[in-house]
Amino acid sequence: MPLALFTSLVFAGSLTAGLLGAMTGLGGGVVLVPLLTLAFHVDIRYAIGASLISVIATSSGAAAAYVREGFSNIRIGMFLEVATTTGAVFGAFLATRIPTRTLAIVFGLVLLYSAWLSWQQTHHPETTPHSRNPWSDRLGMSGSYPDGSGSQCAYTVDRIPAGFATMFGAGTLSGLLGIGSGAVKVLAMDRIMRIPFKVSTTTSNFMIGVTAAASAGIYLQRGYINPGLAFPVMLGVLAGSCSERGYCPKHASPCCASSSPSSSLLSV
Amino acid sequence: MKKDQKTSASSTSRETFDDRRMEIIIGRLLQTGVLLAAVTVLVGGVIYLTTHANQPANYQTFSSESANLRHPSQLLHLLKIGDASAVIQIGILLLIATPVARVAFGVIGFAIERDRLYTIVSLTVLAILLFSLSR
Repeated sequence: MPLALFTSLVFAGSLTAGLLGAMTGLGGGVVLVPLLTLAFHVDIRYAIGASLISVIATSSGAAAAYVREGFSNIRIGMFLEVATTTGAVFGAFLATRIPTRTLAIVFGLVLLYSAWLSWQQTHHPETTPHSRNPWSDRLGMSGSYPDGSGSQCAYTVDRIPAGFATMFGAGTLSGLLGIGSGAVKVLAMDRIMRIPFKVSTTTSNFMIGVTAAASAGIYLQRGYINPGLAFPVMLGVLAGSCSERGYCPKHASPCCASSSPSSSLLSV
Repeated sequence: MKKDQKTSASSTSRETFDDRRMEIIIGRLLQTGVLLAAVTVLVGGVIYLTTHANQPANYQTFSSESANLRHPSQLLHLLKIGDASAVIQIGILLLIATPVARVAFGVIGFAIERDRLYTIVSLTVLAILLFSLSR
């Protein structure tokens, strides 16, 4: 296939992947890597390299919009990024050592699991009430978010070690497969640490770019990032996810009441 | 300010106000970084396509990208002779630098807030990122 045609097709595919990823909450990466490897016969190492670049782009691009809404918690994010970046470095090293067949199998399993997770997320009630964990205040993680009617809804953080460990796992997957692994990050914050869903999803989005940047260095050194392939992928996914965000309605939910959070916030 | 102090028993509310400002600045930083990277990649991509348009696309077999693209000094040399891949690579490096800059800004922000714990936390994240990039 001539390069011009190939590039246009990859751009169109990435745009669709970005759109789908943002709409389903699965993120661009999990749609993109199978598309590149199965439909375009790209080597999985080039595919995860290009996907990782698009993940950084969408996460960073979306962050500004989420910041304005005032849900993300920079302290929780920064604290857990210690775990995700360590995991990402570990994952990227693993990726350079394990056979590509194994990589493909792990990818398939993660794809199924995150699809199941994000389906679940849209069906579960708000965080369960829990006793105040003293470490939440000690680590400065307690916070509040706007509830849509002008007042603030306070929350605390629980089960920090378990959340931290899960974040290490999320980082490893991200570095191993070139995805954002937003579903696992939200699982760690929302289910394990009992952080409100909206705070979890927006903070997760903030963390994804930093996590991906931690493995990008290793990918670059190993030659996983091919400029010719990365450029239509990055621009396509970015365009796709941006146009999806345009449709995303502003949703305000009453404080601490059960709501139906939009899975599109799960992004990447 | 007065209202802030009245509504909160501790300094939590004032801190969230500062965190909020930090987040907004970080948000703008990220947006600018991504925009800059996207424009650079687009320019590189257009040059790449016009010079390579009729070559066959082959990404089926993995051959580690040429070392020239991976070393900053070589990259600058390639840039001078107008190599399209090098322009795209610069855009990609800008993109990777964006979240790194956000963490670096976090270090400064928490230091201004005199939050020792989180200054150390963000320094740790920054150290991990720089370790990975210098590998």
